[in-house]
Amino acid sequence: MPKLAAIMSAVIWGSGQLYNKQPIKAAFFFLIQVLFIFVEFSTGTWAILTGQTYAHFRNAGFFSSGIWGIITLGEIARVNPRVEIFDHSTMLMLGGLIAILVLLGFAIFYIWNIRDAYHTRKKLMAGDEESSLTYLKNVVSNSFEYIAITPGLILLSFFSFIPIMYAFLTAFTNHNVMSLPPVNPPVSLVDWVGFATFRQVFNIPVWNRTLVGVFAWTVVWAFAATFTSFLVGFIQALLINSKLVKFPKLWRGLFILPWAIPGFISMLLFRNFFVAHGVVNQLLLQFGIIDHWISFYGSVGWSRAIVIIVNMWLGFPYFMALVSGIMTSLNMEIYEAASIDGATSFQQLRYLTIPTILSAVAPLLIMSVAHNFNNFAIIYFVTEGGPANINYMRAGSTDILITWVYRLTVDYRMYNFASVMSVFIFIVVASVSGWNLLRTRAFKED
Amino acid sequence: MKKKKSFSLKRLLASLLIYLELLVMLAIVVYPILWLVGAAFSPLRGAPGSALQDGLNAIPRDFTLANFRRLFDDHNFSTWYRNTLTIAVLTMIGTVLVHTFMGFIFARLQFKGRKIGLLSIMILQMFPSFLALTAIWVIFLTFGLLDNIYALVLLYVTGGIPFSVWLVRGYMLNIPKSLDEAAYLDGATKLQVFTKVIFPLSKPIIAFIAFSSFISPWMDWIFPNMVLRSSANHTLAMGLFELADVASHSYDITAFTAAALIVGVPIAVIYFVFQRYLLTGLTAGANKGE
Repeated sequence: MPKLAAIMSAVIWGSGQLYNKQPIKAAFFFLIQVLFIFVEFSTGTWAILTGQTYAHFRNAGFFSSGIWGIITLGEIARVNPRVEIFDHSTMLMLGGLIAILVLLGFAIFYIWNIRDAYHTRKKLMAGDEESSLTYLKNVVSNSFEYIAITPGLILLSFFSFIPIMYAFLTAFTNHNVMSLPPVNPPVSLVDWVGFATFRQVFNIPVWNRTLVGVFAWTVVWAFAATFTSFLVGFIQALLINSKLVKFPKLWRGLFILPWAIPGFISMLLFRNFFVAHGVVNQLLLQFGIIDHWISFYGSVGWSRAIVIIVNMWLGFPYFMALVSGIMTSLNMEIYEAASIDGATSFQQLRYLTIPTILSAVAPLLIMSVAHNFNNFAIIYFVTEGGPANINYMRAGSTDILITWVYRLTVDYRMYNFASVMSVFIFIVVASVSGWNLLRTRAFKED
Repeated sequence: MKKKKSFSLKRLLASLLIYLELLVMLAIVVYPILWLVGAAFSPLRGAPGSALQDGLNAIPRDFTLANFRRLFDDHNFSTWYRNTLTIAVLTMIGTVLVHTFMGFIFARLQFKGRKIGLLSIMILQMFPSFLALTAIWVIFLTFGLLDNIYALVLLYVTGGIPFSVWLVRGYMLNIPKSLDEAAYLDGATKLQVFTKVIFPLSKPIIAFIAFSSFISPWMDWIFPNMVLRSSANHTLAMGLFELADVASHSYDITAFTAAALIVGVPIAVIYFVFQRYLLTGLTAGANKGE
């Protein structure tokens, strides 16, 4: 009776295996169940089962208190420092996430245990007997992959998956500085609010305006930054590779310098170049172009121009190297044929060189736009998102979505709003990447 | 005859214009770099914290090494350097161990959940890692990992997994399968196939991963700034940021340029030396893996 074995295993792990006469396997599954129960009961009082008056889920075991915590996010606020029993909402949310993740791990073993009992019994009835010792040997040699992958998986769960889930869930809470002043441990609780924060972002004019404005600038920035650095790099590559220029390798080597310098250093350097008493004002004054220093960071137009110019300085060598590489691999015979047919060098450029290079570079341009969409470093290190925009909610005129999220989180502690924006960024990035993924064969091969 | 002459005149004019453009670009590219070097050897104007930049030149007027001395005497440059070096070396070791192993498993072994694993790693990658900063902060607080440089290493090793797994896997897919099969026929275990066959053949991509994981902590500011607090645990990027921040108390632009030279020159040299080697590693990995 395969079903009987499955039901036995569903109640007491491994009992179905014992019924299938596989004692070692039975012991293995049984021990996992023991571990599961041990974890739950050794971490809490479980007075709730006996109905004692002080009993509460807060004191229950790892799994049940974790799930209680993530559902309620705490019930007792620490209204004053003398309160001894209180709940810490963010810790409860985190604990709940960890509990659910561990629970899922146990669930995999549980399902494996039931399926195994069922299928082994079926085989047994068909007269196909397998001792649990050979089975275990098979498991050990087949589980190499799983054992080997575990360290990476644990790291990914704790430092990537759980944080992302946490950030995602925060969008549905009221966790921000208004509801939870930055005192540790906190004096109040966080609550689930459903889509209230999303509604606020779309209904309150100032949030709405900021989101639209910042998003528009982010898109403009992503395309402008990519286009300008590509254009400059492209022109430099054309000029260096033209027959009129001697020592092309030397020129290439010099122009590639900005690429070799760590971006962090150059960005901080340029940040200083444009301050009131900085180098740029000093040079302009020296040459008599201006008679009073310009407040670059005080002006929206200048600030936006500066991030694009600095990005151009940092980014053009990459495209120059790329285009140079493509140009050296161009088929020279076509050009000879073209000049025999009387094509001028401009026509050769227009109809041969540019189309070839564009088709080769197009995927990299798309990647570059995607990169600039979330290019935190250059905005934050050069202008810090400034100048502040009074029409915006906690955002500056050069802030892109990701720097705005960072400021909302770190400077203003509006975690729920920051999370809503993160979800928004994720949707944009995921749809672009998804579309990109569908176009490449790479994944289908697998 | 006449025609030829005008043609060469046109050529002359064209090359003149091209060289003019190249020289202007050269000035734009080189001036900030020269200024950086010049300022590093110039005396500081004004007291640290209220330093002035005007009057600093690409060619220093009074050559001095005071900026370098000040880095060690007044600022904790040696502490920043030691911390960053520790983080970088540990990150590199962790990355090579964890990432190549994971790449191998996803490239070579067939197991249940393989496709789901690859897909979820790809989805994780779409989420910019520091959007989860608050959560990471709460996790570190819960586990007592705040202000701990080793916890930062775990963060870096994890952060690189999605990118590396795809890259390493792509590279390993290009290694002929017959090599593994021959090894299995000779009775090798999966671990032996990895250590004796695949690992030695993947050296270029492993070098690339080791190099980039070693380099990135030197210039990362966001994570250390979030996780590390005490000045004994500051990293180079945090120190550099403070030195270059006009609003900071330790604003000291000439010391910043001196520090930038000490840190930036080795990185730039490594880039130039390994440039071609690294690019081959990258393209070879990207071929099939992208």
